[in-house]
Amino acid sequence: MKSALSMEPIEQQDLPPVKREGYKVSIWQKIWDSIVARIFLVVMSVLFLIPLYWMVATALKSNEEMSVTPPTFIPQSWLWENFVKAVTIIPFGTFFLNSLLITALTVIGTVVSNLIVAYGFSCIQWKGRDQLFYLVLITLFVPFPIALIPQFDLFAWLGWVNTYLPLIVPHFLASAFSTFLLRQFLLQIPQDMLDAARVDGASEWRILWTIVAPTARPALATVAIFAAIGAWNDFMGPLIYLQDESLQTLSIGLQMFRSTHDIQFNLLMAASVLIILPIMVLFFAFQRFFIKGITVGSFR
Amino acid sequence: MQAVKKAGLTRRERMNIVKGLLFISPWAIGFIAFVLFPLVYSLVISLFRYSGMQAPVWLGLQNYQRMFTDPLVGTSTFNTFFYTILAVPIGLVVALLLAIAMNRPVREAPLYRTLLYLPSLVPAFTIAFIFIVLVNPQFGIVSQFLGLFGVPATNYLGDPTSAKWVIIMLAQLGAGNAALIFLAGMNGIPTTLYDAARIDGASKLQCFFRITLPLLSPTILFNLITAISGGLQVFTPAYIMTNGGPNNGTLFYMFYLYRNAFSYAQLGYASALAVALFLVGMVLSVVLYTVAQRFVNYEVGA
Repeated sequence: MKSALSMEPIEQQDLPPVKREGYKVSIWQKIWDSIVARIFLVVMSVLFLIPLYWMVATALKSNEEMSVTPPTFIPQSWLWENFVKAVTIIPFGTFFLNSLLITALTVIGTVVSNLIVAYGFSCIQWKGRDQLFYLVLITLFVPFPIALIPQFDLFAWLGWVNTYLPLIVPHFLASAFSTFLLRQFLLQIPQDMLDAARVDGASEWRILWTIVAPTARPALATVAIFAAIGAWNDFMGPLIYLQDESLQTLSIGLQMFRSTHDIQFNLLMAASVLIILPIMVLFFAFQRFFIKGITVGSFR
Repeated sequence: MQAVKKAGLTRRERMNIVKGLLFISPWAIGFIAFVLFPLVYSLVISLFRYSGMQAPVWLGLQNYQRMFTDPLVGTSTFNTFFYTILAVPIGLVVALLLAIAMNRPVREAPLYRTLLYLPSLVPAFTIAFIFIVLVNPQFGIVSQFLGLFGVPATNYLGDPTSAKWVIIMLAQLGAGNAALIFLAGMNGIPTTLYDAARIDGASKLQCFFRITLPLLSPTILFNLITAISGGLQVFTPAYIMTNGGPNNGTLFYMFYLYRNAFSYAQLGYASALAVALFLVGMVLSVVLYTVAQRFVNYEVGA
């Protein structure tokens, strides 16, 4: 709007011509620039990765090594069997499959429902569409705790507590974030292409699945990945809705290490490594889709 | 035909409205079930004593009055504000600095981008467990490191204030996420603006404060609003690391709300707490958004 205003001082400042030579940055200046930036980035990267390193290092330590002060920075024991112990001391396999099931169904629900809704908000021209979309955007900022108790009562009334339905069904009803992200993408599809298909007699439903869905594959991948991570990492949902131990997910299952009297932190860390591993694999396999999802916030 | 003319819409336009509404109907159902209904239901329930089992008993505004006399509401509100006021600005500055550094001509920038983002992938409950180990006075690395500077080994989770600081520090591990958003915003700024400014003799600092910051302002506003909203809802780290202690030092508002709802079965009172949090959150967002309109630039002017 008024961004030009903020630049006015520079334009009006009629600086003496001598200063204009400063535009040519010397090679030393450039190197200095990148050195400061590099040092900062290296220090921060180390700081950010120490917690993850400490998790792996602790996971490999023996019980005796855990009680040594000062702690060893590099584990001396390299007890890989800690991982085996960690998955047998709690029903890790059951929790893993439960998390996997919830995550898979969440991804399917998120992709299908948000694609359909985003199509309605972008590829069909109808009166009131964009006004209604403002409502979607507003819900992005509605603090979620307000829904906590009403949702619980709703699901309790439906008899869904202690089942996976409260964790899965809402994802089949679209979400503001994913709809927003997909709509951004679908708006770029040329309307002419869709109109041509309509003239040929294709239904909207058919256009959605034969033309739009294949085109939107990268955006759908982004939505799918973020849905997967959200479901895998969800803590509050399983905490509130799941009671039976056989239904628990990994996020709650990890708590079982605390219920025993003295926590075996090396095993707890080993289990943590195993929980994070699938997400890390996903991240490294699909890095380019991540950037798209993260940077949605930079759209104006 | 006459009827159509009256409505001002052609048959085709009306068909499209029907089609459009059909396609967005999943969202509409979700909106009613998970936004509209909860708002109304919370407001209603907050006027009752309600345990979820017995029939609700009408209380009027008593739940709200109780909030003002409940010392734990005071404590948890203080804790939450303490956390938000520190964690949010620190987080924004860290993220902004990281983005600026990554925006420099550093060839291996993609590597840093990956490394700095990695902790954002780790779920809060896992980070919380890792931090229990990190700050443990016996086998943690924090005490050992600070020991180099003569600081005696301390149980940082054993003191109400330092426990809050641990959770504030823990939250900073998510800064990589916001940094990437800032970086994308910076990449969207045309380089010609910088070239022009440099020709006019603007210093680097001037460039930053007069070009980068103003043009990044919508992104900053977005990050600020989401960060504050997240800060007011902080829950998981305290639940796992300290269980609200010591001495209620990490009993955050959301945690107290959760306890009232699911441990004490006081759904009416918890709903009143939720309504209050909702109002505070919305008012903060609206105020921020309105105030920001003076500073935020939504277009790259030429």
